[in-house]
Amino acid sequence: MLKKGLFRKPKNQLEDYGKTSVREMREQHPEVPDDMFLSCPACKGTMLAEDVNQNCGVCPKCGHHFKIKVRERMEILLDPGSFAELDAEMTSRNLIEFPGYDKKLQSARNVSGEKEGVVCGTAAIGGFPCAVFFMNGDFMMGSMGTVVGEKIARIFEYAAERQLPVIGWTVSGGARMQEGILSLMQMAKTSGAVKRHSDRGLLYVTVLTDPTTGGVTASFAMEGDVILAEPGALIGFAGPRVIEQTIRQKLPEGFQRAEFLLEKGFVDAIVKRQDQREYLRSLLALHSKEVLV
Amino acid sequence: MELIKNLPEMDEGDDARRMDAYKRVAASRAKGRPTGMDFIENLIIDFMEFHGDRRYGDDPALVAGVGKLKNMPVTVIAMEKGHSTKEKVKRNFGSMHPEGYRKALRQMKLAEKFGRPVICIVDTSGAYCGIQAEERGQGQAIAENLMEMMTLRTPIITLFIGEGGSGGALGMAVADQVWMLENSFYSVISPEGCASILWKDASKMKEAAESLRLTARDLKELGVAEKVIREPEMEKDFKKVYYLLEDLLYDAFQKSKKLPVEELLEQRYEKFRKIGRQQADGR
Repeated sequence: MLKKGLFRKPKNQLEDYGKTSVREMREQHPEVPDDMFLSCPACKGTMLAEDVNQNCGVCPKCGHHFKIKVRERMEILLDPGSFAELDAEMTSRNLIEFPGYDKKLQSARNVSGEKEGVVCGTAAIGGFPCAVFFMNGDFMMGSMGTVVGEKIARIFEYAAERQLPVIGWTVSGGARMQEGILSLMQMAKTSGAVKRHSDRGLLYVTVLTDPTTGGVTASFAMEGDVILAEPGALIGFAGPRVIEQTIRQKLPEGFQRAEFLLEKGFVDAIVKRQDQREYLRSLLALHSKEVLV
Repeated sequence: MELIKNLPEMDEGDDARRMDAYKRVAASRAKGRPTGMDFIENLIIDFMEFHGDRRYGDDPALVAGVGKLKNMPVTVIAMEKGHSTKEKVKRNFGSMHPEGYRKALRQMKLAEKFGRPVICIVDTSGAYCGIQAEERGQGQAIAENLMEMMTLRTPIITLFIGEGGSGGALGMAVADQVWMLENSFYSVISPEGCASILWKDASKMKEAAESLRLTARDLKELGVAEKVIREPEMEKDFKKVYYLLEDLLYDAFQKSKKLPVEELLEQRYEKFRKIGRQQADGR
């Protein structure tokens, strides 16, 4: 009996580049470090992690935007060395003694290496000074509790006092239910601070990243003068699973994605992560109070 | 002020009236409980309903219009759940679409223009979760209300009469004062939703209701609500509540009308601004 596969054409190893999964590759080459390759969830391609990093965390093949760590994002977008953090030490307590919340907070701090769900401060983008906030999806899904609300409110008050524009990157599962009604109140609090900043004639730009939902969508994320979104980002009030459960039907393809919101008129533009810095620089220049020569 | 104090509001120390949180939730949803329109009918004289948001359509889950509170012209904006099944379906069980929030805002802007105080009546399990609600910008509509209500240059009082479901309730509750009926609740998430997310078990809603601190009494303690209105034992006695509310609302508006608008807005901002500030300063 013939050996199985005898007449199969031997495969050129290069043909497989980008086709084998990361897991298969690891099995074949155990000597390769675990974090050397990445698999793109969109095009299923395998690529060097280094290539993705060089490309701002965007798949070089299909343009899929990987989730990235908050500090990495800041590095990509802000002028080197320009960032000065504000309220870095602020951290949540279990205000309403919600069962299990202390433990959750501790593990969120460990996992994310951050103290809370948002990083705020001042920085420059293309030489233009601005106040910035970056939500942190690794910290309890970027949920908004009293500290996130307080930090956001403070950055707007700080910016209003100093006549600075605010640029914020959102990612959030919504209000943090472990803080009960107090987290819901942060939606009103932050909205009030945004309004006061806005009433002073100052610019506020939001960049919605994947995913931005719930109480954050229904407050400061949707209150920007200019609302930008990353390609493919899920943006909505109710999460898709909740909607499916409510209406008992499957949701259409692309529903609640950035492109869908653009079509429906709720987003000004979709801007790739690699282009955001230049885009924001131009936007800041256009809104700058100084006369440009 | 003395008058208000002497009226039979909730007695804080009255432990006999303590009730499990979930029983309050059940009471807030009970069949036969007065709905938004019952309050309008009993509080407001010569009510005229105005429809539509001038953008997309008219949301039947929200009743808005003008009328008189005693002799004072007021704007009233009330969520309406309906009583009969047919009515409930028509009213979408009190769950608003974006056009509802936009209709509310339109009426608030008119109130601002004509110097009328605003009464918002909240009774909803939440803003509607559906394809069309998302397509028309549920999040954006609520966000806009939060922003605009914060600086609306006329007094606003929001009354919680039943369910206060999360952002859908808050979209009409950025007010100078939040008053709650004894058996109403106000929460970031329904106890059922909380239980199923946290413990993967919706039947733990009783524990969730306790943990969320969502009763009117809790909310007063937490500084979210200013007043808790005692309810009669018998549903038929609700007339007493209407009389009480009529006086309380009238007096409160008289008082806030005397306040310079800037002062009123500063106090409104501070009411929300202070929640969570202490915690931050404590560190």
